[in-house]
Amino acid sequence: MAAGQELTPQSYIQHHLGNLTYGKLPEGYARDCHGHAETVAADVWTFACNGAEAKAMGFNAFHVDSLAWSGGIGILFCLIFWLAARRATSGVPGGFLNFIETIIDFIDAQVRDSFHGKSKVIAPLALTIFCWVFLMNAMDLIPVDAVPKTFEWVMVSFFGWDAHAAYFKIVPTTDPNITLGMSFTVMFLIIGFTIKAKGVGGFIGSLALHPFQADNIVVKCLLIPINFLLETIGLLSKPVSLGLRLFGNMYAGEFVFILLAAMMGTWQVIGAWPWAVFHILVITLQAFIFMVLTIVYLSMAVEDH
Amino acid sequence: MNINMTIIGQAIWFALFVFFCMKFVWPPIIGALNERKQKISEGLSAADRAERDLVLAQEKATSNLKEAKEKAAEIIDQANRRSSQIVEDAKEAARAEGDRLVAQAQAEIGREVNGAREKLRAEVAVLAIAGAEKVLGGEVNRDAHGKMLEQLAAQL
Repeated sequence: MAAGQELTPQSYIQHHLGNLTYGKLPEGYARDCHGHAETVAADVWTFACNGAEAKAMGFNAFHVDSLAWSGGIGILFCLIFWLAARRATSGVPGGFLNFIETIIDFIDAQVRDSFHGKSKVIAPLALTIFCWVFLMNAMDLIPVDAVPKTFEWVMVSFFGWDAHAAYFKIVPTTDPNITLGMSFTVMFLIIGFTIKAKGVGGFIGSLALHPFQADNIVVKCLLIPINFLLETIGLLSKPVSLGLRLFGNMYAGEFVFILLAAMMGTWQVIGAWPWAVFHILVITLQAFIFMVLTIVYLSMAVEDH
Repeated sequence: MNINMTIIGQAIWFALFVFFCMKFVWPPIIGALNERKQKISEGLSAADRAERDLVLAQEKATSNLKEAKEKAAEIIDQANRRSSQIVEDAKEAARAEGDRLVAQAQAEIGREVNGAREKLRAEVAVLAIAGAEKVLGGEVNRDAHGKMLEQLAAQL
């Protein structure tokens, strides 16, 4: 925090809930970056220095921290499993390979239980979701200040940033963009699976001819708009609930950690420990739920009603 | 909590990782797992087969052993019979040999007795002649003759 500025629990919490945002500030926006006031002459891509600027950027912005951490963690996950895949043997597996095989076996069993069609995508998809989401969630267990304060120190010392602008969130799944980005990808997969299994006509039929059915052609036509409305809401509610469930759980967990940190300062390492232990359950469970629901949605898309 | 292009970025990450897993992670590992399953089931059936083979082999070994025992007993029996026969034959031969030796010895003894008798006879003749000479040369005295005859007989 910059000298002379008061550190209140509110500002501490707000700072912890802000993302490092890189985006386009619109022309004529009046910036007020902790004492440096200026008006943007033309559209400019820059880092937002406070929450208001991030809001003003609207859709044309990236959460750099979320994307970097989720990408980094994803690459780490791919690397670990790729190493295991290269060593994969039908002989006696070593300790590391054994661990990876346990996970693969577990995912494979889940997919076999829920998904009865044939697909090359679904199992790797489930594996990616489970492991990636689990690892992203697990970032929650790092003490809340450790990485952001390091980042702040680096940016202030070497790049001359204002400490207030150095937003940094390391748990990607506490960012709704991340969870919704995944869940809407799942929605497109649902649509894709439906079209692949039933054809375009079948997909439109699944939207228009359920849940109300009629034998009379006139009544059928009358029911189509109602069905379409209901089914479209149903289709959209799947990714929204999927994404918001993960986000909500992780955000709440992160919030408790931040509150504990705001109350206890350095003592958070001890104070947050019981919550961290409990949170391990939430981390695993949410990753598992996201995976299982994805499998269930996709199997519903493939199966006949 | 703004919704922005991060959502698209994350979707791209997601697609990339799923694609990577689909191409380079899932197939080799699940392939190895299935191959191992196959190997294990093959191994188990081979073990079953081996167990059956073992039972068969044990049965065969038992019957072979029994047969061999029977054969051995037969051979021993034969040998026993043969040996007792040999002993019997040897006894027979020994007895015959003994008889023969005894007969030979008796013949020898007989011959020697005869020879001695012949010799004695010759000597008796000589003595008789000597006695008669003494008798004819002296007075016949019953007592003296008797004494001489006694001497003669003692010389025999």
